[in-house]
Amino acid sequence: MTKNTLLVLGARSDIGMAIAHRYAKAGYDIQLASRNADNLTVNKSDLELRYQVSVSLHEFNALEIETHVKFVDTLQDLPTVAVCAVGYMGNQRESELDVIAAKLIMRSNYEGPASILGVLANKFEERNSGCLIGISSVAGERGRATNYTYGSGKAGFTAFLSGLRNRLAKTGVHVITVLPGFVSTKMTLGMDLPPNLTTSPPQLAEAIFKAEIKRKNIIYHGKVWFIIMVIIKSIPEHIFKNLKL
Amino acid sequence: MKLFGWGRYPIIDAEVMAPRSIEDLSRLVKNGNAIARGNGRSYGDSAVSVLNTIHMKHFNRMLDFDEKSGQLVVEAGVLLADVIEAFLKRGWFPAVTPGTKFVTLGGMIAADVHGKNHHRDGSLGSYIDWIDVLTAEGSILRCSQTENIELFKWTIGGMGLTGVILRAALRLRRVPSAWIEQRTFVAKNIMHAIEIFEDSLSSTYSVAWIDCLQKGSSLGRSLVMLGEHAKIDDLPPKFHKSHMSIALKSKRKIPFNFPSCILNAYSLRFFNSLYFWRGVWKPQRQIIDWDSYFYPLDAILGWNKIYGRRGFAQFQCVIPIDNAEQGLSELLKEISNAGVGSFLAVLKRFGKQTSKFSFPMEGYTLALDFPVNNKTLNLMNKLDNITIKHSGRFYLAKDSRMSQEVFRQSEHRAEAYEKFRQHTLSKNFFVSSQSERLGF
Repeated sequence: MTKNTLLVLGARSDIGMAIAHRYAKAGYDIQLASRNADNLTVNKSDLELRYQVSVSLHEFNALEIETHVKFVDTLQDLPTVAVCAVGYMGNQRESELDVIAAKLIMRSNYEGPASILGVLANKFEERNSGCLIGISSVAGERGRATNYTYGSGKAGFTAFLSGLRNRLAKTGVHVITVLPGFVSTKMTLGMDLPPNLTTSPPQLAEAIFKAEIKRKNIIYHGKVWFIIMVIIKSIPEHIFKNLKL
Repeated sequence: MKLFGWGRYPIIDAEVMAPRSIEDLSRLVKNGNAIARGNGRSYGDSAVSVLNTIHMKHFNRMLDFDEKSGQLVVEAGVLLADVIEAFLKRGWFPAVTPGTKFVTLGGMIAADVHGKNHHRDGSLGSYIDWIDVLTAEGSILRCSQTENIELFKWTIGGMGLTGVILRAALRLRRVPSAWIEQRTFVAKNIMHAIEIFEDSLSSTYSVAWIDCLQKGSSLGRSLVMLGEHAKIDDLPPKFHKSHMSIALKSKRKIPFNFPSCILNAYSLRFFNSLYFWRGVWKPQRQIIDWDSYFYPLDAILGWNKIYGRRGFAQFQCVIPIDNAEQGLSELLKEISNAGVGSFLAVLKRFGKQTSKFSFPMEGYTLALDFPVNNKTLNLMNKLDNITIKHSGRFYLAKDSRMSQEVFRQSEHRAEAYEKFRQHTLSKNFFVSSQSERLGF
């Protein structure tokens, strides 16, 4: 049997790195893909020393979608599991005033992630095995004034993952949509997050690892977010539009 | 945010930043009043600065390992527990370990920690090949026995006040298995305990637990525990295959602060006796896994909460070898008269040590926990004086309440440290609540 490999797209994100640790702990070789991948040599040595696995670094830019086919073709091994942790919060107000800023948020959260997972999906389908994991967000479940540019990108990504899962259901390829609530990361640094609703990247990584083993389709993290989102989604629009959330 | 050490006393409102890059880190240091903080396992206020506490949690990567020499290079925020998890299965173990594995390597170096093998192997500092220190001037200096020697020597045991330790190269030791062979001896009193320690200087590990509520001829009755790394042949056959891999035990968790009335003279007396007799009845020779042997308290996450909301303080002193018998007897008498015992009274023989500012010296160290209240604070002041009278000194990593006067009287090296810090400008940039309290 060949060795299992995990590809992390957006490896410089806290969530991406935490997932790399969790899979390396389980013996997976790791492919770390990000912009300026050369900066990840310290993380490479860390993963290799801690878990005695092989780690390779790959230059990857989610926004340069025309490079994605070539990127996947040049991977030495097609990974067993690929996780996309690419994302960009941006600034909501700025995105309202500047279409270029808005475009960057939309492309980073939807176009780029959907493109690369689409390319990988075709390869996985050919091989008839593998798992694709997309880190989306509860922000994509219903648009709110405070972050709807980001949320709309995530909504698109969530819909894309849902369709991809539907398309590949009869094949050996599995697709998981991850909908985290608040996670304390670089991205949320400085935001005032309620501690009881906030998890850490390693906790999220653990949940994803377990979900993959159980072949779950959609995971909320933590569980309370499922309930919160059921409530938020069930509020009638004429009331919702006047709420401050 | 509210910061405190393992003793949950004192609680201090402090500015905390967790930089992710060396650039951000040096910018923070330039603001002054800086102190680096690891996993918060020092007991008091050593790793707290009201204006500028720098959390090192993002500097937690392992950088290199040399299979031949056992030299491991890490960033300062790496946890000892992670080192053990990664390397014990390959046959390596920390050469020196404190009583918890949830400490960062940076914190261990800053406190120059000791273990149960100090009498033979010395403190952690003897196993550090080099460290990289970010100094007050913003440069990163490689320090070792041959390079930036003064900074190297003051930083090991310097409580973080010379600069920020960024990286370290330390040597691990080869071990034949993940098991320890432990022998337990019952000591009738403190003299007897010292006798056993002196007779077992060749043992790799030695430590004693003292029933500190006994008086008279039983004053300081204790269980002296000696340990050796078990060879495969010493293990029961069922362990032979998995001699290096022991799954961590499930952890119990203390969920909340206990009401302080739970800890009273009766419950302590009961616990102390129970522990003593359990030790007496236990088989004299036992094979124990590394986790239970080195880190028995780590199995109860958050055990510091049993002392209640007001937290607890640890008293740890060392008495030089020539005064040990007399000094320890006086300390134990004072404690047993006060009737405020401690769950954890630990006695340990130190070997020789020559270092700039580290805690150990050849002699005996006594460590006790007390819940914080007026009675125990009073008692600890008395214990301070007895220690000074016998030319002892105190472990800064444990201290949370000592006075400036006591510190000056016990720590004759403080002046030289002060001079070094002035000379290198580190005095202008690095400060902890502890260094302010103790005036150095």
